[in-house]
Amino acid sequence: MATRAPTRDEAETQGPGLFARVAETLLRRQEISIFVVAVALVIYFQASNPAFLQQGNLRGLAQSIAATAIVAAGLVMVMILGEIDLSVGQAFAFAPIAMYIAYEQFFLVLPLAVVLGLLLTAVVGFVNGVLRVYFGVPSFVATLGMYFLLGGVNVILVAGFPKTTPEESAITRALGEYPYAGILWCVAVFIIMHVLLNYTRWGIYTFATGGNFIGAKEAGIKVDRVRIVNFMICSTLAGFAGILEAMRIESIDPLAGGAGVMFLAISAAVIGGTPLAGGVGTMIGAFIGTLVLSVLRNGFTLQGIGAFTFNVILGIAILIVMVLNIYVGRMRTARRIS
Amino acid sequence: MNDGAPDVLRAENIVKRFGPNVALSDVSLHLRRGEVLGLIGDNGAGKSTLIKIITGFHKPDAGRIFIEDEEIELKSVSHAQSLGIQTVFQDLALVNDLSVYHNMFLNSEITRRPLPLLNNRAMKEKTRRYLDEIGVNIPSIDTTVAMLSGGQRQAIAVARSVYSNAKILLLDEPLAAMGAKEGAMILDLIQRLRDEGEVSIILIVHNYAHVFEVCDRVNVLQHGSISYDRPTSETSVEELTELMVSEYRRARETGNGRA
Repeated sequence: MATRAPTRDEAETQGPGLFARVAETLLRRQEISIFVVAVALVIYFQASNPAFLQQGNLRGLAQSIAATAIVAAGLVMVMILGEIDLSVGQAFAFAPIAMYIAYEQFFLVLPLAVVLGLLLTAVVGFVNGVLRVYFGVPSFVATLGMYFLLGGVNVILVAGFPKTTPEESAITRALGEYPYAGILWCVAVFIIMHVLLNYTRWGIYTFATGGNFIGAKEAGIKVDRVRIVNFMICSTLAGFAGILEAMRIESIDPLAGGAGVMFLAISAAVIGGTPLAGGVGTMIGAFIGTLVLSVLRNGFTLQGIGAFTFNVILGIAILIVMVLNIYVGRMRTARRIS
Repeated sequence: MNDGAPDVLRAENIVKRFGPNVALSDVSLHLRRGEVLGLIGDNGAGKSTLIKIITGFHKPDAGRIFIEDEEIELKSVSHAQSLGIQTVFQDLALVNDLSVYHNMFLNSEITRRPLPLLNNRAMKEKTRRYLDEIGVNIPSIDTTVAMLSGGQRQAIAVARSVYSNAKILLLDEPLAAMGAKEGAMILDLIQRLRDEGEVSIILIVHNYAHVFEVCDRVNVLQHGSISYDRPTSETSVEELTELMVSEYRRARETGNGRA
């Protein structure tokens, strides 16, 4: 309201206080604040256990980051729209299964089988998008349905048993068996997605559709296409992460991924500065968010602290970030009006 | 002026319903080349609905639209844009979290070659030039539009449509949130466009003084159809006011006993 009486705080400090300004700067560039957290965690864990930065542990860390981060990258595209995809964990398991069937039962050469697996995963995203856009099903519900549906399909397709990946070759090594393949792909994916989001028209369309749906439509942006394609990007990246992970552990498990990967990836995106409120999001933040979560979990494991503590910290981190987000949002609105 | 100029836009017998509500019962309207047509009418008379039909946002339930004598079925806003129709919507269609220059070029972003990456520098330069030409002062074009005042936001929306090489410009209350100074700038801009004669404009306004300042002709939209169509030189503020007041009077009389 324009006629809102100034609060005591405002009257005293003339404008926002120091804490508010610091909070706003940090949140406007949330990548920076989460990066500071990441560095602090690395220093802390290294100080408390010198094994932390040794090659073996770093390799494990890189491997645990890669798959989750790629899933998070896809989720950012959907979460900027104010939508969510709960089925990413199943797309994660589905892509290697589809690839396996194409390779073992339809005798496709491996590169084609991989492409086919990714294409079929894109179809999953297409269905999610169509349910959202043309049937008006909220994405939470549409992708919840897809989560169970695809989860069941995955188990049925392999008759309940994990399969081994194709014999080692240059392709399987490039797609995950080489210990650093995952993290290299991950970095490549993030560079591409960061450019797509921030330096192309598609990125602008995505921010606009998420930030002001009607306005974007009025400006002539094809908002339906933006939503459907971003759901497809999200599923496909999750599927790609699933193929990398399957190749790495040389096993195609219908129960891989699931809710675990999905929640971790959403958490990473949120902590990194994609609050699911629509119109806001960052790729770099999602990457560092994943880094923070992986470092936390890995560091705790080295210290012998269990998974439950990790969950407590993860929960607190998400809540703090969201409360700050909403607080800063309110502050900004107040300043605009006054 | 432009009495003999050919029509760039013609809408014939446009009907639009929203569920049981009839927003437009039978609207026919034409716009001559280089003309500024003022469209006035009561709140809820259907002005914005009509604009949204001509701009491809809504599809009419019946009726025909001609652009330069060719019948067109507008499929989407971008389709209308490709035919040279640009709009300033009442809600401005700005994205709060994007910068001023990204809003200025929303859906007409300048890209580089061969890789289609955004050319932010070119967009910033042009944005600065456009805003300077209009005379609107915006602290920094790098800030998000969330930080700007209502008038500044409106100026950006107007500048965006004016500088898009439009043949037909639809302005839905472009002065609503503006102070006197900013409003005068936009009126000057419309005046300048009218003198140049390149674009044809439909202007929705509430302030009748503005109608007489910049419009060649005025249409009144009442009860979902155009009830009055006259050059501004042949009417007066008093006549338009009387027209609207009598409308209220009639509404009160017929409303007695029912409401």
